[in-house]
Amino acid sequence: MGSGNRTQFENPVIEWVDSRLPVFTLMQKEYGVFPTPKNFNYFWNFGAIAMVILVTMIITGITLGMHYTAHADYAFQSVERIMRDVNFGWLIRYMHSNGASFFFIAVYIHMFRGLYYGSYKQPRELLWMLGVTIFLLMMATAFMGYVLPWGQMSFWGATVITNLFSAIPIFGESIVTFLWGGFSVDNPTLTRFYALHYLMPFVIVGVVFLHVWALHVTGSNNPMGIEPKGPQDTIPFHPYYTMKDSFGILVFLILYAAFVFFAPNALGHPDNYIPADPLVTPAHIVPEWYFLPFYAILRAITFDIGIPLTDIVLVPAKLGGVLAMFGSIAILYVLPFLDKHPHRSAVFRPWYRISIILFLINFIVLGVCGAKPAEGYWVILSQLTTVYYFAFFIVLIPLFNKFEPVEKLPPSINDAVLDPKLKADGMAKTV
Amino acid sequence: MKALSMKQTILTFLTCALMASPVIAAESKYKAELPDHKFSFDGPFGTFDRGSLQRGFQVYKQVCSACHGMNLLSYRNLTDLGYNADEVKAIASQYTIMDGPNDEGEMFERTRKPSDRFHNPFPNEQAARYANNGAYPVDMSLIAKARKGGADYIYALLIGYEDPPEGITLSAGQHWNKYMEGNKIAMAAPLSDGIVAYEDGSPETMEQYSEDISTFLMWAAEPKLEQRKQMGVKVIIFLTIFAAIMYGVKKKLWKKLKTPT
Repeated sequence: MGSGNRTQFENPVIEWVDSRLPVFTLMQKEYGVFPTPKNFNYFWNFGAIAMVILVTMIITGITLGMHYTAHADYAFQSVERIMRDVNFGWLIRYMHSNGASFFFIAVYIHMFRGLYYGSYKQPRELLWMLGVTIFLLMMATAFMGYVLPWGQMSFWGATVITNLFSAIPIFGESIVTFLWGGFSVDNPTLTRFYALHYLMPFVIVGVVFLHVWALHVTGSNNPMGIEPKGPQDTIPFHPYYTMKDSFGILVFLILYAAFVFFAPNALGHPDNYIPADPLVTPAHIVPEWYFLPFYAILRAITFDIGIPLTDIVLVPAKLGGVLAMFGSIAILYVLPFLDKHPHRSAVFRPWYRISIILFLINFIVLGVCGAKPAEGYWVILSQLTTVYYFAFFIVLIPLFNKFEPVEKLPPSINDAVLDPKLKADGMAKTV
Repeated sequence: MKALSMKQTILTFLTCALMASPVIAAESKYKAELPDHKFSFDGPFGTFDRGSLQRGFQVYKQVCSACHGMNLLSYRNLTDLGYNADEVKAIASQYTIMDGPNDEGEMFERTRKPSDRFHNPFPNEQAARYANNGAYPVDMSLIAKARKGGADYIYALLIGYEDPPEGITLSAGQHWNKYMEGNKIAMAAPLSDGIVAYEDGSPETMEQYSEDISTFLMWAAEPKLEQRKQMGVKVIIFLTIFAAIMYGVKKKLWKKLKTPT
């Protein structure tokens, strides 16, 4: 934590503080001279982008919390008061609601970058697992946040998702009652969701801290997936990546602002401008777009799993769907231990490259399936895409461990940067 | 080439993710395609046409408000439409409200003030349903944001009444509308040519009424729309210039890295 060898600062005040609590040394070491691979592409901007959005969400969220009333009878009205009577309340709320979407956009790209370039592999397994934990916490936070305006989709989304837990054998019903604080989604559900929605972001900040800490122990991966071999392969984080990140963040903010100011409700559902009504079920209950792929996996399991030729049902369809959905995230935790191929980056793994791009396309198709009513061909399509989702991890990756050819890597990052042919060929001339 | 295909896939991912935003239409073979009506508030530079807003309010007052409330609006909000404080006071004072208790503990009726909410046509939902054949005329404060299609949908719905196709019989209190989900709607066609007398010489047609009320309802649902769009233009310009500068800074800074170290 910045202790140990410390160089003196010239400024006496900074030196006085730093000799007692080396925060300046820490900043200098971790963000100033921190050696970073010199060959990052723009996909390496999304960690910093996600961080900026997280801070934006916390600031706008706390401000909204000052004006919001967490009560089933007043929540909807209080949100509308924010939109109409609070100074710039509309801006703060639209930044927050669209911020959730853009947080997920940033994090999905960040995660896919990790998958494509093998950032999850040894020695960054724990770094990756902390990242998956952040993703999971984000999903919980976003889900509970969507409930707070107490519109129709808030209410029915909460009903559907909390009901998933009733699929758990024996304890299911009790768990659901416990989550609701009663026998249906009602005021106690709203107040506890509000309390947790306020708490979770700070838990996320804590895990982000661990995530960054772990990153600074192993150092960053890079598009070639080969470790820096010396000072010729790295550059100091500041000013090179602080400036590159600033540019990337600004481009992302332009997109974000375009939605906040010109299409603030495009990513939401019109039904959420109707106050919650327990007696009227919307025609289609759909979650927010960022949950759709997982929602499709949930609904893909339309059949009971039992012992063939008997009537014994081991896993009812509903439980199967819930297990598949949670399994789709859980499998990300074990990915670092499934993949044993010596190379990290898909740049030098032709088989992996094709299947990870297919995985991305497959994931998008899953999202489309999640948005469509669960009927007809959509069910079959979501089942096929669910199969590929899991097969990628438990069939393809183990096969690649054994059979994917091991290409020759460039001798170092620096050599590849100076001679782009080395990288383009995916082959190194022997030195 | 490899990096390029990756970029393309990411772009595809983004576009698809955005397009897959959960909007689903239930299929109905009679449901007509929603026309895209041109409104004054469309586009990044759009503003509400004040004349249309005032006419829309007039249509609301003389037609819609017989059944539909607008709970989230206060009379003071009407200054947005271009009315001055005295005009707003005069509009509010046309309605009464039960207030109290006073110093003697009695409830009393008084005229409404600009700070009061809009007058509601019915005291409660039961009364509204009883008066409307069991159907509940929804509160219209947010209707322009609570329906897929928004103002376009409202505009289309109000001019979309027609006779049902051959072979379909409607029960009492039902009407046929080609833009309504399921086509059967409890509300009778509320507008017809000449039903509201405009003072500014605008055409007194069903289409004009429908455009005006749709504009008014969009304002009611999103009163800060103009402020939002105007600020948005400035924010985007600022961010674009800032990003361009940062790009220049980054380019200049990284130039020296190209040479072998």
